[in-house]
Amino acid sequence: MIEEKFDAIVIGAGMAGNAAAYTMASRGLNVLQLERGEYAGSKNVQGGILYADMLEKIIPDFREEAPLERHLIEQRFWMMTDRSHTGMHYRSDDFNEERPNRYTIIRSQFDRWFNKQVQAQGAIVISETTVTELVSDAYGKVIGVRTDRSGGTVFADVVVLAEGVNGLLGARAGLRPTPKPDHVALAVKEMHFLPRETLEARFNLHGDEGVVIEAAGTISKGMTGMGFVYTNKESISVGFGCLVSDFAENEETPYGMLENFKSHPSIAPLIEGSEVKEYAAHLIPEGGFKTIPELFGDGWVVVGDAAQLNNAIHREGSNLAMTSGRLAGEAIFQVKSRKDPMTKQNLALYKKLLDDSFVMKDLKKYKDMPALLHTQAHNFFLDYPTLVSKAMENFLRVDGTPKIEKEKASVRAFRQKRSLTGLVGDAWRLARAWR
Amino acid sequence: MSTQVARVEEKLFQNRYLVDQGKPHIVVQPHTTPSKNLLAMTKICPAGCYEQTASGQVEITPDGCLECGTCRVLCEPQGDIVWNYPRGGYGVLFKFG
Ligand SMILES: Cc1cc2nc3c(=O)[nH]c(=O)nc-3n(C[C@H](O)[C@H](O)[C@H](O)COP(=O)(O)OP(=O)(O)OC[C@H]3O[C@@H](n4cnc5c(N)ncnc54)[C@H](O)[C@@H]3O)c2cc1C
Ligand code: SF4
Repeated sequence: MIEEKFDAIVIGAGMAGNAAAYTMASRGLNVLQLERGEYAGSKNVQGGILYADMLEKIIPDFREEAPLERHLIEQRFWMMTDRSHTGMHYRSDDFNEERPNRYTIIRSQFDRWFNKQVQAQGAIVISETTVTELVSDAYGKVIGVRTDRSGGTVFADVVVLAEGVNGLLGARAGLRPTPKPDHVALAVKEMHFLPRETLEARFNLHGDEGVVIEAAGTISKGMTGMGFVYTNKESISVGFGCLVSDFAENEETPYGMLENFKSHPSIAPLIEGSEVKEYAAHLIPEGGFKTIPELFGDGWVVVGDAAQLNNAIHREGSNLAMTSGRLAGEAIFQVKSRKDPMTKQNLALYKKLLDDSFVMKDLKKYKDMPALLHTQAHNFFLDYPTLVSKAMENFLRVDGTPKIEKEKASVRAFRQKRSLTGLVGDAWRLARAWR
Repeated sequence: MSTQVARVEEKLFQNRYLVDQGKPHIVVQPHTTPSKNLLAMTKICPAGCYEQTASGQVEITPDGCLECGTCRVLCEPQGDIVWNYPRGGYGVLFKFG
């Protein structure tokens, strides 16, 4: 394919790969980036919320050019039963700031733009190329990659594995395990198009303001899962995700669950009359801190979803991917500037930078959440939402019953479903996991 | 065919694909009785690629595959399937993603 040897090869042009390639190329390293899609982004799926701060650290003036949809001024969390939702909304005009904090994006368009910036920094990007294997020397040091192009072996001092959650290469080379069914969620998503004015009227928005809704409850039928509705300029991303192990056990169809979510009386009016233009599916790493594999070795580092760097509780992935990519790029640049070899020992710098960042600190904080949500799925996703809805209805429906009796009925219902020790236990476990 | 399968086909119809004719990227290994996980794929593949034949085996037609990796995570470790990415440039092409 190409004769020369590179300072670094980056596999994948998603959030993590683009951040790593940009960081290295902008510091003058000789970078080759390989992407299997027709163009960067053509294989990628996200809800998707973009966190400005993490991109700003890479491209400070990204707002001037990046394809952004809406800046978020409102977040809704909905706890759902089949016919109701109990919501927490946070809307603030302070989010209408000069440099907004969160945006919605459309990944195929955003990644394509991000990758153009990588190329502008001098990296060589070759798309439509699937990397099939890592190449190692006799001592097990990674020295390059094989691709599906004829004569497609290329060499580099270091390989950055930014291949995403379903990364085959690292797993095949024995560098990390394939994700387990209870460590990944399968999400399906549709793009619903509506005229801008209709969308803005329905969601109470002006200009480029946006809203996101995250919904959990009986919509996942007792499985660990969530639905989401994110507003773009003239489209709405609607999706639903559940752990793969739960899907396998319950044998619900993902598209059936999505249809169910879309037809919920609280969701249906928001997307009514829209034209659906795409249906996508993707995995999300949900195992958290405890499933993070070895992050570096002789001649390689792994970044982003491929390393399970995803905060399922806060639904943050792209910013961890961008940050890990950037830090890997910085570490490699430092090792290179000292003219040191890309050994495991030297590349440990990447892990050190990552440990010092919010990425590892956040993941550590929530290390017990994934297992808790999974083992308590029935309580969190079925019983509690039903009870809360019942209590709300009790509270709001005026029918001549004295309030004190209503209150007692609500408390009784909670206790019947879940003993007092059970309730206290759940709260305690949740609080501990959250800590 | 259930109504939900019909509906998933409608969904896939919205998408762009470049199918690598004659080179399926996912292959089900020969079997007499499908494993529990393989059988589950007939329900949980988001593209409805897996189907059980009249003789009881599970088959795959990966043309509409969304390359999510669910079947890989569930069925590759036990050797029920062989999973690869399509050749570079082939497969699903998301316009939005
Ligand atoms: C439905 C959904 C909603 C989400 N919502 C949010 C959200 O709102 N906010 C948020 O921050 N995160 C969200 N995430 C998570 C976020 O999308 C990921 O964390 C992020 O994309 C990870 O980036 P990455 O670069 O590690 O992997 P990816 O973006 O998956 O990139 C991997 C790249 O590698 C390429 N590749 C893989 N293997 C090879 C190979 N062998 N050869 C060549 N190329 C290869 C792929 O084509 C791809 O371009 C969501 C995810 C999903 C699925
Ligand atoms: S990768 Fe996903 S879409 Fe493709 S066949 Fe497997 S489960 Fe179905």
